[in-house]
Amino acid sequence: MSDPWWISVIKAFVVVNLLLLTFAYMTWVERKVLGRMQLRYGPNRAGPFGLLQPIADLVKLIRKESFFPASAVDVLYIAAPVLSAFTALAAFSVIPFGPGWHIWKWDVSGVVANIPISLILIFALSSLGIYGFIIGGWASHSKYALLGSMRTCAQMVSYEVSLTFAVLGVVLMGQSLSLVDIVQKQHQTIWFAAPQFVGLVVFFIAGVAETNRPPFDLPEADTELVAGYHTEYSGMRFGLFQMGEYVNMITLSALAVTLFFGGWYGPWAPLGPLWFLIKLLLILFVFLWIRATLPRLRYDQLMRFGWKVLLPLATINALVTAACVVAF
Amino acid sequence: MTPQPLESIKGFGVTFKQIFKKPITQQYPEYKRPVYPRFRGRHRLHRFENGLEKCVGCSLCAAACPADCIRVVAAENTPTNRVSAGERYARIYEINMSRCIFCGYCELACPFDAITLGNEFELSEYSRDDLIYTKDMLLAEPIKKVPVADRDLYDTPIPYYQEHA
Repeated sequence: MSDPWWISVIKAFVVVNLLLLTFAYMTWVERKVLGRMQLRYGPNRAGPFGLLQPIADLVKLIRKESFFPASAVDVLYIAAPVLSAFTALAAFSVIPFGPGWHIWKWDVSGVVANIPISLILIFALSSLGIYGFIIGGWASHSKYALLGSMRTCAQMVSYEVSLTFAVLGVVLMGQSLSLVDIVQKQHQTIWFAAPQFVGLVVFFIAGVAETNRPPFDLPEADTELVAGYHTEYSGMRFGLFQMGEYVNMITLSALAVTLFFGGWYGPWAPLGPLWFLIKLLLILFVFLWIRATLPRLRYDQLMRFGWKVLLPLATINALVTAACVVAF
Repeated sequence: MTPQPLESIKGFGVTFKQIFKKPITQQYPEYKRPVYPRFRGRHRLHRFENGLEKCVGCSLCAAACPADCIRVVAAENTPTNRVSAGERYARIYEINMSRCIFCGYCELACPFDAITLGNEFELSEYSRDDLIYTKDMLLAEPIKKVPVADRDLYDTPIPYYQEHA
């Protein structure tokens, strides 16, 4: 059922490179779209329409001095951004983006790794990613970093519970934990966004909080906590943290597409990965739209919302779905 | 403050509609907004019609300057070398543009209307030493013309004594 190892390596290489390209141009899209929503142009000086702006930012980050605080714990300080970037990239390996093709004389499937429990793998990896933030904040040996990372991790842990509960409804309807099977089930019945509408809303809000995006970005707000867990990072280490954040956002959008919007199936033409990309971009646009519109939540409002509003909603959704699945 | 979710949803409509409106940014080097006629830009030293400088080297401008950025050293006008219209002329006249606050007190203090603040504001240099403007630079016409808004609409008529020596 799975591909030979070297086909998986090639697919992984292609997927990771496309992810990094998407991350780089996601920063460009964000600045342009946010600019247009705020009645201004985005960057339009570096290359036509500012298309070389991510490359300019990349060169700037590489050339910047990655300073090393003398009192920072050395191995952990360096390993923290690596950990968060690695788990963000690795979570994309189980997301199906195509039906599987027959190239020359081999069957190539549409995922990098087809695992029966891929949903659990994604949540396990994102929980591991939280370690990256904890370690980064603590190993920086700085008050602001420690406070910021404690807040970040408390927020991420709380919203992860709601995220998992919101996905329970999809798992019950899809009768499987494997993402490939869930996509197939959505093709046979209806896209799970329709019956699981509450689950979709809870998943999306918890996802925005999970990736530290506005309006839940208090830990990274410059005016509140200097810069939270990445205060003492600069140069490419900071770039790795940013990469972890944006790739988390992309992975979460890809997960939303897979679980709720039918994965790589499209209404008219059977173009697998292209439909996936279109739906992914639409959901990423909703992330940016939310950023442009809503003000930041205060930390106690954030925690109260996560535990007192979102978790009961997700639980009730799961219970009702379970009842309906048993009844029909 | 009661939470109002419906208003928040309408807020999303507002940000979405803004995408389709034309941005109000003015792209600077391609479009330069016209300055008003009395805009206080780079200083200019003036001459009379017959070529003599108006500046006499009295250094009232240096005395009036709050930032203390003008340096005036006067010298006598000899019959062979007559530079200004009075008895003395300013041999050294330097303004340190990195200290100048463009307040216009030097223009107000000058009794001979020798120094005025013109309209040029693009004064960037690559080193701090280039920012100390000497008398020749201040006497010269500005190289880059700055668009000036309509003088009749925005300014009072220039008085007779300023136009005619």
